[in-house]
Amino acid sequence: MDGSVERGGLAACPACVALPGMGDVAAGGVAEKELLLSLPEIHCAACISGVERVLAAQPGVASARVNLTLKRATVDAEDAVEPGALVAALGAAGFKAQELDAGLLSSTEADKAGRDLLMRLAVAGFAMMNVMLLSVAVWSGAEGATRDLFHWISAAIAFPAVGFAGRPFFASAAVALKARRLNMDVPITLAILLALGTSLYETIHSGAHAYFDAALSLTFFLLAGRYLDYRTRAVARSAAEELAALEVPRAVRLVDGAEETVGVGELVPGDVVLVRPGGRMPVDGVIVEGASELDRALLTGETRPVAAEVGQVVSAGEVNLTGPLTVRVTAAGKDSSLHRMADLVAVAESAKNKYTSLADRAAGLYAPGVHILSALAGIGWFVATMDARVALNIAAAVLIITCPCALGLAVPAVVTAASGKLFRKGLLIKDGTALERLAEVSHVVFDKTGTLTMGTPDPVNLSDVPEAAKRAALSLAMGSSHPLAVALTGALRAEGVLPLPVEGLREVPGYGTEAMADGRALRLGRAEWVGAEAGEDTATWLSLEGAAPVAFTFADRLRPGAAEAVAALTAAGCEVELLSGDAPRAVARFAKALGIDTFRAGVLPAEKAARVEALQAGGAKVLMVGDGLNDTAALAAAHASVSPATALDAARVASDIVLLGESVAPVADAVTMSRRAVKRIRENFQIATAYNVIAVPLAVAGMATPLVAALAMSASSITVSLNALRLR
Amino acid sequence: MEILVYLIPISLILGGLGLGAFWWAVKSRQFDDPEGDSRRILSDEWDDQPKP
Repeated sequence: MDGSVERGGLAACPACVALPGMGDVAAGGVAEKELLLSLPEIHCAACISGVERVLAAQPGVASARVNLTLKRATVDAEDAVEPGALVAALGAAGFKAQELDAGLLSSTEADKAGRDLLMRLAVAGFAMMNVMLLSVAVWSGAEGATRDLFHWISAAIAFPAVGFAGRPFFASAAVALKARRLNMDVPITLAILLALGTSLYETIHSGAHAYFDAALSLTFFLLAGRYLDYRTRAVARSAAEELAALEVPRAVRLVDGAEETVGVGELVPGDVVLVRPGGRMPVDGVIVEGASELDRALLTGETRPVAAEVGQVVSAGEVNLTGPLTVRVTAAGKDSSLHRMADLVAVAESAKNKYTSLADRAAGLYAPGVHILSALAGIGWFVATMDARVALNIAAAVLIITCPCALGLAVPAVVTAASGKLFRKGLLIKDGTALERLAEVSHVVFDKTGTLTMGTPDPVNLSDVPEAAKRAALSLAMGSSHPLAVALTGALRAEGVLPLPVEGLREVPGYGTEAMADGRALRLGRAEWVGAEAGEDTATWLSLEGAAPVAFTFADRLRPGAAEAVAALTAAGCEVELLSGDAPRAVARFAKALGIDTFRAGVLPAEKAARVEALQAGGAKVLMVGDGLNDTAALAAAHASVSPATALDAARVASDIVLLGESVAPVADAVTMSRRAVKRIRENFQIATAYNVIAVPLAVAGMATPLVAALAMSASSITVSLNALRLR
Repeated sequence: MEILVYLIPISLILGGLGLGAFWWAVKSRQFDDPEGDSRRILSDEWDDQPKP
């Protein structure tokens, strides 16, 4: 009591007065929250300090920290701080930013698993080096008590180190054995335990050979493979999570006229939701109020907006363009068309999961083989010498020397190298076997809207339009957020056109914008609204009272790299096809521009999937590239699939690879890179086999001393890793 | 040979120190943003007052 009075009346120290907000904190009125922002374009030291300075200058922000590796900023801020304001402030400073849904990002948990593996790897490495030092002394001729002392020290290091570092293998082997099957970890665990067991026995009886270093280097190299594998998948997973987190799934529900923001999952049929212009329909429903235009490109592939009026049925995923719409929910959450499509995808995915990777196929042959071989060697030596100690030593030596260091490293090392290279080109590999499947591709099927094109219109006839009309159009277009208006504003601004001064500018949802200039009415919008004849092309019309309407026609812009991608894929021996839901004329024009001979227009979603399945039934392996809901079934049905980052969530989920940048050219790189990667993986298997062909007879013959085992094992692991690095 | 009595523990302790340092670095999230850290070192903004 006393203290607070004192602080309120007379500051206890000058610093308290100097610190603004100190009183608030003491009052406990400020709750802090953590905001996550995605910063896709930052790349340098100046960006880091720039972003942090902008964020820290915002009111209510306590601290901001940029992570350049993840291209993300973490902001500690007061509860009242809106992420939108931060994004706007960053945008004004020239940094592109987007809000991320922190609930969908489980990065801390993933980090923990990675740090755990890294620690085990470090412990295994530390123990391996120390034991190696002692072993070198033994190999170079230490004898008697010295050798025994060295072996004892090695044992003291090796046992706890293996106990800690080998846990992932032991746990996985235990799970496999409990389920009565064999996996790669069973021979690994057996080899490590046998090596430690026989070495301890030999040490106690002051024998000449101890395999402590072999057990440790086995653990070390295999953990290195595990860690590589983990890193590759962690990068892909965190990026995939980030893509999902970019869409914050919220809806505005109207309850007795009052707005409340709720999660999409809480909506039930019968609720009334408000969808503002620019927003995506969260649910299936019927429009009860308002007029607007809808962009259905992601669902159907048609590029032209559709008029929306009261009574019209809307589907989740459509984008509301001009006016606010009130929608009564008919199906929400799991029942919406968007979700039903995602469920179909899940079914198709499970079919795809039957693909066994090269590593699994190799392990299936390998694991029983080495156990039988080692048992046979042990029995053979026991029969020949009637000495159980020698027989057990030989059996252990066979297991140690055949143990799949090279196999365990072969696939992860190559996949890590390949996905790292592809990631730098803007491709994200989501699935471990995607590279292997991509390498087998013989046909490539492209979607048009949003995949080979940007999905955003660009004005094409500006040079035919008189200057006065351009000025009028600019001032009208600036008053709307319709995509055609936005594109027109951008293009006219780029030409240096100045807006005409107008009065009473207002937007008529679903139709266009109108205003008065010099006492005459000006309108920009749909053809019938301004009194013109609608044509074939996507267009917006400008009418000035008493003059003939002027059309601004638009065409979808080709995605950069589209032509290169098609050319490179054809050069790589793939058949390229275009399947689109758009009108025939637009499709034919694009196909011609890109040099694609096989194309079909007006294709329904089911037909796309059917076409892909028909191709695959004919023995082809299809790579599907698409972005919309109309592509998801085809994406899931195809042998491998790619979708751009701008695609609908369902499409990204269905595809194996996500294209992060604007250009589609990396698709061709992915195909050639995956072919080289699979070639390297096969080479690595051959190296591992060749090494076993040499080393196994040595082990069976009883000539595999610890020195030979250590040399052979390290040599094969290092060869395999170096071979993976050759991947260009 | 008595030298071994000193040298082996010394080598183990030195190695253990390295391991401990690495352990600390991993635990304190020094490897969370390798790319950012390599750029931050070039920035001269925080010479006297390092950012947390």
